[in-house]
Amino acid sequence: MSQPVSETAATRPPAGGWKQWVSLDNRYIAPIFITCILLAGHLSFGILESYQKTLLAIVVSIATEMVLGRIFFHKWLHPASAYITGISVGILVRSPAFWPYALCSAISIMSKYVLRVKGRHIWNPSNFGISAMLFLVPETVASLSIQWGNYLLPMVVIWILGSVIIWRLRRFHITGIYVASFIAFAFLRSWITGSPWQSEIAPITGPMYQLFIFFMITDPKTTVRSKAWQCVVVFLIALVEMVMRLQQIVYAPFYALFIVGPTAMLIEIWIDSRRASLAKAAAH
Amino acid sequence: MSGSRIARMVLGIVFIGLLAAPLVTKRISARRAADRSKTDARTALARHGFYLQEVSQAAGINFVHQAPALDPKLDPIMPEVASMGAGVSIVDFDRDGWSDIYVTNSAIGSKNALYRNQRDGNFKDVAGELGVADVNQPGTGVSTGAVWGDYDNDGYEDLFLIKWGRPELFHNDGGHGFTRVSEQAGLPPWINANTAIWFDYDGDGLLDLFVGGYYSEDIDLWHLNTTRIMPDSFEYARNGGRKYLFHNLGNGRFEEVSAKIGINSRRWSLAAAAADLRGTGHPDLFVANDYGVSELYFNDGKRFHEVGEQTGVGFAPKSGMNAAFGDIFNQGRYSVYVSNISEDGILIQGNNLWVPKDGTEGDAIKYQNLARDFGVELGGWSFGAQFGDLNNDGTLDLYLTNGYISLDRSKSYWYDFSKVAGGNSTIIGDARNWPAFEGRSLSGYQSKRVWMNDGAGKFVDVAQAVGVNDTYDGRAVALADLWNRGALDVVVANQKGPLLVYKNTVTPENEWIEFELQGTASNRSAIGARVEMFWNGQQQVQEVSGGSGFAAENQRRLHFGLGKYPQIERAVIRWPSGKVQTIDKPAADQLHTVKEPA
Repeated sequence: MSQPVSETAATRPPAGGWKQWVSLDNRYIAPIFITCILLAGHLSFGILESYQKTLLAIVVSIATEMVLGRIFFHKWLHPASAYITGISVGILVRSPAFWPYALCSAISIMSKYVLRVKGRHIWNPSNFGISAMLFLVPETVASLSIQWGNYLLPMVVIWILGSVIIWRLRRFHITGIYVASFIAFAFLRSWITGSPWQSEIAPITGPMYQLFIFFMITDPKTTVRSKAWQCVVVFLIALVEMVMRLQQIVYAPFYALFIVGPTAMLIEIWIDSRRASLAKAAAH
Repeated sequence: MSGSRIARMVLGIVFIGLLAAPLVTKRISARRAADRSKTDARTALARHGFYLQEVSQAAGINFVHQAPALDPKLDPIMPEVASMGAGVSIVDFDRDGWSDIYVTNSAIGSKNALYRNQRDGNFKDVAGELGVADVNQPGTGVSTGAVWGDYDNDGYEDLFLIKWGRPELFHNDGGHGFTRVSEQAGLPPWINANTAIWFDYDGDGLLDLFVGGYYSEDIDLWHLNTTRIMPDSFEYARNGGRKYLFHNLGNGRFEEVSAKIGINSRRWSLAAAAADLRGTGHPDLFVANDYGVSELYFNDGKRFHEVGEQTGVGFAPKSGMNAAFGDIFNQGRYSVYVSNISEDGILIQGNNLWVPKDGTEGDAIKYQNLARDFGVELGGWSFGAQFGDLNNDGTLDLYLTNGYISLDRSKSYWYDFSKVAGGNSTIIGDARNWPAFEGRSLSGYQSKRVWMNDGAGKFVDVAQAVGVNDTYDGRAVALADLWNRGALDVVVANQKGPLLVYKNTVTPENEWIEFELQGTASNRSAIGARVEMFWNGQQQVQEVSGGSGFAAENQRRLHFGLGKYPQIERAVIRWPSGKVQTIDKPAADQLHTVKEPA
């Protein structure tokens, strides 16, 4: 995950007086929200077997970002984005070993610098890192799926808070379309497989999806720019996920985003490039 | 070439290297494991000091466990809800000095078996003639395990039958037969339990009985009023069966006192074990729970205090299925082994090896999970495990059985399992919402683990090398010197599978010593008696147990491996009554029968 920011402090008009204190810089909203999820999950359900592992993921993530940012952009980058990636890895990766947390964070951040097309990175960092770990070392790594309470109240709190924040960041349509698509496809899957519809709905009521729908799929750096296309792309993610679910792939949402997200980005980059070429040709 | 481009190339190479590193490491580890598994009995004996040979058929044991068929409403997920019941316990029920084997069956109408040791290498099922076979009759539920303890101190071990159904207590009539005394004892009409242990919690010389419920006791699994019988959370469930502590009143009757003395839990218990963890002289109680955290109850002799979180064992919820104690470092302190679930890429809970933290003791004792550090973390869908010195080298090894549901090898239920298990409690808690099994496996056909303690803080899996290559759905493990040879043999009860008897051949270079204890002021079974062996400047502590592991009970006698050329200093016995007895330089390579001094 990266930072879901559509509006930064630099672009907002300065607030004065008490508003300065209560109006939070958008760069901090997502990190604070995800930290709250982590703390609430841990204090109520003990989702982290080890604070050290999460801390390791965060430290490696930020350190990698700092070093690479310095090398390639010649400046110290704001750590908010790397913090979100690190904390996401700390929550979503489940492994008894320490090294997967460090490796996943490092791979996630490095993917932003290595896998670039026309100056844009095309994979959501933590989606890339976690998918790679699940694919490469399944005997050591799993993802958060059931290590959280199955009770409704914590999820309702996360849904409300998450929705408010995502709304403020003007990306609620992405989450909304995905959830609606998932539910529709759940009923379709139930009809196709004969499984109880409740079992098909069940995953989205679990903790893994809350991070997925509020942070991963809304990442502004790795989603297409047009609002309409964002809706189309997120619908396609849900569609590919459904196809994968019919193949009984446990981590279907991660893999669906892994495939559809970059594909959409590449198409957009190609269209932009073509438009630029055409504009350039027309100018001449 | 610009500096930026070079930096980008270097970064790309490092990136690819990081992605490839786990694959390379994995390949190297796989090659090492393959090397370890390639061996024969002679090589195993030379390299590991022992090998195991499965001899059940040759020994006259031909038992195959049958699973229950519960209410048809549960048919779609019957393999899952009927996945337990195979239990095994070791007892010398006729006091002839040879260990016998009691094994449970779980289909309505199926028979349990009591294999009498014929002392000639063979066993004979005498359960029918002695009245402890036909105990799974319609309307009474089915057996899920058994534990033996001499509750009336008459010298003969009595049988408590753990059931999903009507729990049963059988009085041992001098080794010639059994009399059912469940009603006289005051047992409740129905408990859906998977674990029970005998222990004398209050030190009055009479064995008490702990029973841990799994499904709620108001559920008759054969006649369901509702399908909302499943846990309401995969890791935080509190809608399981209640716990019972039956205080032995001494007149053949028991009083249920759990709530009165501080045991009040509705977690889904699967295993329990008791030992004096703090040196107080009172047995503390460890309960491993499915769908939640483990519980540790400190016992002050009158009341229990739940200290799971305080001690560190009760914070991270997993799927506890085993509780076994072992002094794995020869330091006179017990570690606790709890088995959980690990399935590649889906759920890596890892088993727990709770080791006392250095510098902590008494009421302030804290535990840390060192399963990964010692190499006993990943064991598949783990069930029963027991500590025992399998090669008599002087350190405790660990035998673990595993495998949940082995049906169609090519189809897995894991996808559907993980889908529902992560969902909201209203979904997970209702059996109707679970997709049908349709013949699929769930962590089936798994390789067992025989972890050999190298004495230097590492356990190495040698299962394949020493001859343990079955892939049945293992449940209960019990260790016993079945043929009085000074070697711990292994008996494994498998769900819907055969009872396996692994006969152990140990290198004769390694010596051993065994103790058979008989309480007088203490309970006659000497459950809770603690023997500390001192030899070669080291020590190891073991305690007589009234049930440990999963649905299992080891032999009553204590077995110590001593290694080569042991210089034995002494054995110190602390009886449950508090008496301390020291035996100077007991002879190696023999069984010592010790009666509690007056």
